[in-house]
Amino acid sequence: MPFPAPFQQYSLGEAYDEMFASVGEPRPHFQALFDRLRELPMAELRRRKQTADQTFLHQGITFTLAGRDEGMERIIPHDLLPRIITGEEWAVIESGLTQRIFALNEFLGDIYTDGHILNDKIVPRDIIFSCRHFRREMRGVQVPRGVYVTVVGTDLIRTPAGEFVVLEDNLRVPSGVSYMLTSRQVMKRAFPDLFQTCDVRPIDHYGQALLATLREQAPNNRSNPTVVLLSPGVYNAAYFEHSYLARQMGVQLVEGRDLAVHDNIVHMRTTGGLRRVDVIYRRIDDDFIDPLSFRPDSILGIPGLFNAYRTGNVTLANAIGSGVADDKALFAYVPRIIRYYTGMDPILENVETMLCSNKAERQHVLENLDKLVVKAVGESGGFGMLIGPHSSAREREEFRAMIEADPRNYVAQPTVSLSTAPCFVDGSGVEPRHVDLRPYILHGEKTTIVPGALTRVALRKGSLVVNSSQGGGSKDTWVLN
Amino acid sequence: MDMLSRVADSLYWMSRYLERAEHMARVLDVYVSEQLEEYSGAGDRRWRSVVDSLGLEAPSSVNEGNVGYWLAFDIANRSSIVACIMSARDNARNVREQISSEMWEHLNRLFHQVRAASLTEDWSADQHAFLTEVKDGAHLFQGITDSTMNHGEGWHFIQLGRFIERAVSVSSVVDVHFRDHMPADDGEHHEGVDLLKSCTAFEAYCKVYTAELKPLRISEFLLLNHEFPHSVCFAVDQVEVALRALPQSADRRIGGKALRLAGKLKATLTYGQIDEIMTTGLHAFLAEIDRQCNEIHVALHQIYIEYPIESAIEV
Repeated sequence: MPFPAPFQQYSLGEAYDEMFASVGEPRPHFQALFDRLRELPMAELRRRKQTADQTFLHQGITFTLAGRDEGMERIIPHDLLPRIITGEEWAVIESGLTQRIFALNEFLGDIYTDGHILNDKIVPRDIIFSCRHFRREMRGVQVPRGVYVTVVGTDLIRTPAGEFVVLEDNLRVPSGVSYMLTSRQVMKRAFPDLFQTCDVRPIDHYGQALLATLREQAPNNRSNPTVVLLSPGVYNAAYFEHSYLARQMGVQLVEGRDLAVHDNIVHMRTTGGLRRVDVIYRRIDDDFIDPLSFRPDSILGIPGLFNAYRTGNVTLANAIGSGVADDKALFAYVPRIIRYYTGMDPILENVETMLCSNKAERQHVLENLDKLVVKAVGESGGFGMLIGPHSSAREREEFRAMIEADPRNYVAQPTVSLSTAPCFVDGSGVEPRHVDLRPYILHGEKTTIVPGALTRVALRKGSLVVNSSQGGGSKDTWVLN
Repeated sequence: MDMLSRVADSLYWMSRYLERAEHMARVLDVYVSEQLEEYSGAGDRRWRSVVDSLGLEAPSSVNEGNVGYWLAFDIANRSSIVACIMSARDNARNVREQISSEMWEHLNRLFHQVRAASLTEDWSADQHAFLTEVKDGAHLFQGITDSTMNHGEGWHFIQLGRFIERAVSVSSVVDVHFRDHMPADDGEHHEGVDLLKSCTAFEAYCKVYTAELKPLRISEFLLLNHEFPHSVCFAVDQVEVALRALPQSADRRIGGKALRLAGKLKATLTYGQIDEIMTTGLHAFLAEIDRQCNEIHVALHQIYIEYPIESAIEV
């Protein structure tokens, strides 16, 4: 049976397709969407797409393009069709991520105190101490309840065999959760009928869950703690998200200039005078958070904050120095880290990762630059990356030189064919595009993962790059009961 | 929840910029429609008077032909209508989580509309439609604000921005009008109509004094009327009400300063007599109002926004 309208342009390749098991045969959990799309005329789909885009624009769910006219904002490209995950698939993801975050948190506590995992030679010392995000200032600092990472976004991809594997962890200031939440609101308006037939699990309680997790970590168990969200300010690309989350939680959205440290106590400046602050959900990188302790040229930070933190008068989420655990070179060791702290095998596998600092692996990487994806370890957002099969000879030579000059700074992974999901393409109908999956994990007393995620989609045909800074878009993700 | 000083500041300026955009749109609309009737010659004096009444100084490149563009569309002019709406919206963006979604969405939409108009349309294309869009947009925002936001502290800062701006801009229009049209009890009064219209006051005036236009009554109405929302007296009353509603500062030295200044100004306007004011000099009287409004503005910032840390540490 061939693909019916509006799927005439659909094709199945080597990648796993989220919707179709074979040509014209949708997987059971996509059946309802399949049926609905066959009924809807193209004009109606286009109308819904326009309504959704308008909603994003009018709610200000936008980002500003760097260097362009300040007034011109773009919406994050959004695909109209949901990506659907079954309850069974989700259960595996949930338990795998819970295990992974537990282990990474233990790992951080260990390397900043006794360093057992280093003494036991499971992870080499030099990989820790050469990491740009390792903060020696954190040695011996007691963090409340031993929680280093509170909010994590982990990127998963689906292999051609249909297994979810981990591509990378984001333990510093992961963003995108607001797109998960707002795109759900928009989708409820675009496909109200489908929501009912599909039995989609709700995600609206993310704000409450985040607030509860943050409050738990107040210093010295202070009752009724004051939580604030610290943002770099309105010109930050993720400002919409900061403001949105502050509203969802009902907490103050502060900037560095709203806070002042006096006698190692953090205060915020209000119209009624100064108020003490207990927990800071910070969306500013370590480097910029305190000009007295870290980068002195930072104007976003709060002078004296780190001392107040070290004294135990204020909690920062995530902890300073947690970025060492999402270093791309350390990534290769995460399965070993999980076994070390849990005594169990990882539930979610890693994408295979080769370290250029290792001589044999480096040799292999340099011989296969045209087949591999090479990444600089400290970069994110799709920057500092070579995608071998799509690269030119000149780019490969540049990377060869950079790898040889600083092997510690590079890792390589096989070019993984991300799974494909159906996307609405105006003018042609529904076509497959490559997607990944970023669930958001809240870690505290217990681990909470709201049943949803940001599905990032490479909107250009055939492209494997899903980063929003590089032409990626987003999709709503439905986890079914 | 306590309000951040920075948030109070942004709410104040958001509202003040939008009030300014609305006022400019009204003054410009009156000028534009009057242009259609005017015979050539008086033009140069007239547009300069408009610029003066808005408290602006035009660069030498501005002339009768492009003054409308400069006042409405030109974002190089930080006081143009589009620039004011942009500033209002930037301030709102800073405090998105403090205002209602309806307020933000409306202001953001208004911004996108005027910005698109200023980029794609020729200023001379449909001036009246554009200015109406701005006026309606500002009125609607005010209504949305009043009906969707808690009438708490933040709302009072919004009121303060709106009414301090209104007091200053109405007294400035009146000042320039009587500078350029010496009050006389007879003669042509279409300038008087224009003055009233630029404060949305023509119909309201007629209900009080009939359509008989006398300069003394016009100035009395715009300065001292208690009931008309665009009179200086009304605006100052609202400023005083809002200040009274704000939490009193712990710092006694400056705590009551803004309220005291507003009370004093209110008394001047409440007990002022128009013939006395005219005798002693309207210009001096209006300059004094302007100065006192500015003092209130400064005191407000000292008390709530830019206070020194040392004096405010909780004990």
